[in-house]
Amino acid sequence: MKALENLLEKLKTPFDKGGKLEKFYPVYDALETFAFVPDHTTIKGSHIRDAIDMKRTMFLVIVAMIPALLFGIYNTGYQHFTALGMDASFLEMVGFGLTKVLPLIVVSYGVGLGIEFVFCIIKGHAINEGFLVSGMLIPLIMPMDVPLWMVAVATAFAVVIGKEVFGGTGMNIVNVALTARAFIFFAYPTKMSGNKVWVNTDGGSVVDGYTGETLLAQAIEHGANFKDVANNAYASLSDSFMASFLGFIPGSIGETSVLAILIGAAILLWTGIASWRIIFMGIVGGAAMGMIFNILGPMYFPDNLYLTVPWWQQMVMGGFAFGIVFMATDPVTAAQTENGKLIYGFLIGLLAILIRVVNPAYPEGIMMSILFMNVMAPTIDHYVIQGNIKKRLKRLKTA
Amino acid sequence: MEAVNIFVKSIFVDNMIFAYFLGMCSYLAVSKTVKTAVGLGAAVIFVLGITVPINYLLENYVLKAGALAWVDPSMATVDLGFLSFIMFIAVIASMVQLVEMIVEKFAPALYGALGIFLPLIAVNCSILGGALFMQERQYPNITDATVFGLGSGVGWFLAIVAIAAIREKIRYSNVPAPLRGLGITFIITGLMGIGFMSFMGIEL
Repeated sequence: MKALENLLEKLKTPFDKGGKLEKFYPVYDALETFAFVPDHTTIKGSHIRDAIDMKRTMFLVIVAMIPALLFGIYNTGYQHFTALGMDASFLEMVGFGLTKVLPLIVVSYGVGLGIEFVFCIIKGHAINEGFLVSGMLIPLIMPMDVPLWMVAVATAFAVVIGKEVFGGTGMNIVNVALTARAFIFFAYPTKMSGNKVWVNTDGGSVVDGYTGETLLAQAIEHGANFKDVANNAYASLSDSFMASFLGFIPGSIGETSVLAILIGAAILLWTGIASWRIIFMGIVGGAAMGMIFNILGPMYFPDNLYLTVPWWQQMVMGGFAFGIVFMATDPVTAAQTENGKLIYGFLIGLLAILIRVVNPAYPEGIMMSILFMNVMAPTIDHYVIQGNIKKRLKRLKTA
Repeated sequence: MEAVNIFVKSIFVDNMIFAYFLGMCSYLAVSKTVKTAVGLGAAVIFVLGITVPINYLLENYVLKAGALAWVDPSMATVDLGFLSFIMFIAVIASMVQLVEMIVEKFAPALYGALGIFLPLIAVNCSILGGALFMQERQYPNITDATVFGLGSGVGWFLAIVAIAAIREKIRYSNVPAPLRGLGITFIITGLMGIGFMSFMGIEL
């Protein structure tokens, strides 16, 4: 550690005021403060003293995402070899997964951080680390075969339009990673949905009964009976609930394993970075909507088989868990007030299941429901604050 | 049941702002604070809820081809459809004036709250848009038309209140100088449009 500190100190000279590379000081500053807690403090604005600054916060979120990432890498390989009916060792699966996932991560970080660096140098302020998390989230919510240039374009769009035009980290109104995903979803829908994108099968014939669909697509077609369909391709796992809880199903890279996501959620909640209110109420909202559909669905809409999917199954399918844990809790775009967070989380869960089941245009609803609630969050905050003001005024009058 | 469907649909799926981009001028201009946005939004709900049913009656009993048959069977061939633009605008303008006078006389507090917004609404394109959509979609009865008018108003209200809250939130953000004001508002509107895409394609 000492050696690294000395090295950074030595490198600093050309970046100092009057030095040759003065313009690029933000780059140096970013590296230095990433490695060590900075010795300088905020110059203006509010001062909040806490041992954990933004870089440490962001780093912890990345740590929380590692289980989902590792499982995603393994699952990419697992799905590939299972679909082709080949026997492969654990290492081969991981190796195949790495060749698919690593380029996505490199592209997302390269493009996003590149744009961020350019903006910071032009505007002359310190580089914020907000993108460290977004850059990891973007590959995790992509199908593993999405073309790299699309990831690059979407990342650029999300960083510039979603974040930098608002003034950078902490100012954006919609989640950056979800903006990138929504961009690809609407601009190149064939690469983002359907049954061709979730599993890599190039150069081989697939096994009998293999469809390549996600559970969500199967649920639309077959309703609660879908596990029989799922079993054709995943014969080693008899129970589709367990399959989707553990994550041995096709899907976006990081979203499949609810178990890995729960480990991440535990880290986030234990360190106090994610709001338990949002996660808890999100699950309550989703469960409530699922139950309503289970009870009312068969009575009013006998044609829509999706309504018969039991609510606990809805919780582990698709990106619901991933979105609630890692995206809805984004402290910048979520509601800021404590009561607002309860409403915000509840509506995200509710809308996610509602959109998933009712809207035929989207097989999964969590992306759109979080984006929608990001947009509505300031309104919720406004009314929560107004309510507080009214309550206190009343208290003042009676006192 | 049908009326509920139309109501929900006109708020979320066929939102005046995010699906048709109608009424943008006042939406962009009067969304600096939530309080004024609520005032204008309430006025739009009010006026849409009144003018759409009136225009519905006009359309079905005067303007449409054969609509005048109730006066005399010989007039069943008369088609006054070419007058609909002028008639709708005239109805909207006169209704807004009338409403303004009534509100001023009987509810001065509400009049003070709505202020300049009531007369402004006469030229808000979402109001004429509401009347024209009503004409195009041919609602079977006046209840559906009224519900559609109210729903469109509520959708517009929701949109302007949401953007006003966002604009209040980003007031102290470090937005690049050339984008401050209207520029960033357009970008926010686009991002909000993505959010409202959640409901596009829902069949009710």
